[in-house]
Amino acid sequence: MDLIVGKYNYWIYIALMMIGFYAMIAKGNLIKKIIGMNIFQTAVFLFYISIAKVRGGTAPILWEKAILYDNPLPHVLILTAIVVSVSTTAVALALIILIYREFGTIEEDAILKMQEIEPRRRTDSQQ
Amino acid sequence: MIAEHFPILVILTPLLSAILIPLVGMIRRQLCWHVAFVASHIGFLISGWLLLRVRDTGRISYWLGGWEPPWGIEYVLDDLNALVLLVISFIAFMSVLYARKSIEAEIEPVRIPAFYSIFMLFVTGLMGIVITGDVFNLYVFLEISSLAGYALIAANRKKEALLASYNYLILGTIAATFILIGIGYLYMVTGSLNMADLRERLPSLYHSKVVLTAFAFFTVGLSLKLALFPLHVWLPNAYTYAPSVVSAVMAATATKVGAYVLLRIMFTVFSVEFDLHVVSITSILLFLSLTAIVAGSVLAIAQTNIKRMLAYSSVGQIGYIVLGATIVNETAMTGSILHILNHALMKGTLFFVAGCVIYKTGIKDISGLKGMARRMPFSMAAFTIAGLSMVGVPLTVGFVSKWHIALGAIQADMWYLVPVILLSSLLTAVYFGRVIETIYFSKEPGAKKSGSGLNEPRGRAGVQEAPFGMLLPTLILAALCIVFGAAASTSVSYAGAAARLLLGGM
Repeated sequence: MDLIVGKYNYWIYIALMMIGFYAMIAKGNLIKKIIGMNIFQTAVFLFYISIAKVRGGTAPILWEKAILYDNPLPHVLILTAIVVSVSTTAVALALIILIYREFGTIEEDAILKMQEIEPRRRTDSQQ
Repeated sequence: MIAEHFPILVILTPLLSAILIPLVGMIRRQLCWHVAFVASHIGFLISGWLLLRVRDTGRISYWLGGWEPPWGIEYVLDDLNALVLLVISFIAFMSVLYARKSIEAEIEPVRIPAFYSIFMLFVTGLMGIVITGDVFNLYVFLEISSLAGYALIAANRKKEALLASYNYLILGTIAATFILIGIGYLYMVTGSLNMADLRERLPSLYHSKVVLTAFAFFTVGLSLKLALFPLHVWLPNAYTYAPSVVSAVMAATATKVGAYVLLRIMFTVFSVEFDLHVVSITSILLFLSLTAIVAGSVLAIAQTNIKRMLAYSSVGQIGYIVLGATIVNETAMTGSILHILNHALMKGTLFFVAGCVIYKTGIKDISGLKGMARRMPFSMAAFTIAGLSMVGVPLTVGFVSKWHIALGAIQADMWYLVPVILLSSLLTAVYFGRVIETIYFSKEPGAKKSGSGLNEPRGRAGVQEAPFGMLLPTLILAALCIVFGAAASTSVSYAGAAARLLLGGM
């Protein structure tokens, strides 16, 4: 019981991480993959934030009444990681726009099919 | 005075130039290349100085903002990363030299400033990964270089390049996030992010499940980054469709840096004892690297596109680097570290030549190279030297590192590795032999039409060599393949020192 209730933050992190990971790998739509990527990364951020909690601690801001503070370091790390995640999403979306312009679709299956046909057409025209 | 700040300046120079380049580009687009050239040259000189300094005085530790480690971020230079840093900055310098003509042909003029800017960011990321002594800082630099890498691959806006870049982005992000999870787990149990500090704190926790899981995440994430065999799927497309200079610089540096980080995590953050006795990761990686060596070579034989063949051959060569590390003795480790340097030289040359051929003729298939020796004699000579080096012919760099790995395997009583190394060398000889044969001994397809051979003016008239700016870095790298192969003692002693450092008191 303690394993489930006492460590619920880890269970949430694991569940979210697996949902995101699944979407990244199994979804055929390029945007959905990116959504999965964001869930995956956010899960890791939540994990970092949850390990920063100190029982009975307050937010890490200097305050004379405070006895215990939460650990601010993971918060700072995750601030950086969020920036990284946002930039990754931006690059990914930019790529998806370019892919859409070239192929007219963002479904992976359709794109792969197009790529399969194309070399064949090229060799046909050469003959 | 300024010299004590060199560890940070070596990172700041490319970083600041990445900001400066677009600004300069607004005034005069032609000047962008000059800025990149100067910045990468300075980077190269500083890393050269740092390597000599490390050899003289030992480990250099630089505290960012004067904060004492393990609280502050620490930049560390020791025998291992000073060497890798020099390799990266040198390849970056050569690539900038090469990029000028090559990029003009492949990228729209409007985007050239952006290209150089991202290129310098990529270099910043790689150098940062190598120099930092802090695991979280390593993650940040890893993402800087990866994000810049995705953009560089897609820089020519070819359909295939876009898809390759997207796939690399997905896999690269999975890898980086795994590494982030690993860092989180280590922080959770030790409360430290500094590599040297982690090394001291971890041994008492070696059997903790959290530490084991962290190590697993690190290994899988890094194997993805360095494209170890079953996780190499992003690599061939990315290298094949990227602009020539990007393929060269990525093949020569990006995966090497991945290998370097793996060595760091396995042997500096964790220790030899952990790798061998607690998780026996070395035997798993040994098996994977052997598969990589053989599979990479076999897949390379099956390719018709030059760049794709070189990409698969990279998969095999990365196997060598990991193999040398997993044998865990000084000789093999020396070979492994040497191979980081040597493979950077060889693959750099080969991709440079492939780029020269594409620049001059647009030919991408091996069959198109017929009679190329007459048209581009210097490039093809460089290709031959690097090709022979890949096979491991004595007096070339490839021989030195393979020799050390094989010797190390024998010393460790792992005789069965030697036939695998020989087999893979044979396979390498097959696919490079095929190309070299096509270059020198096949008749040009157009030769019959143009004349009856005897009267044809031989030599100069048919020469259509790549522009000097592209040829020079190619030839320098090819020459170094021989220099470091024939006079290997310097590089061997440097790599040997690095190997001793990694293996500690063994």
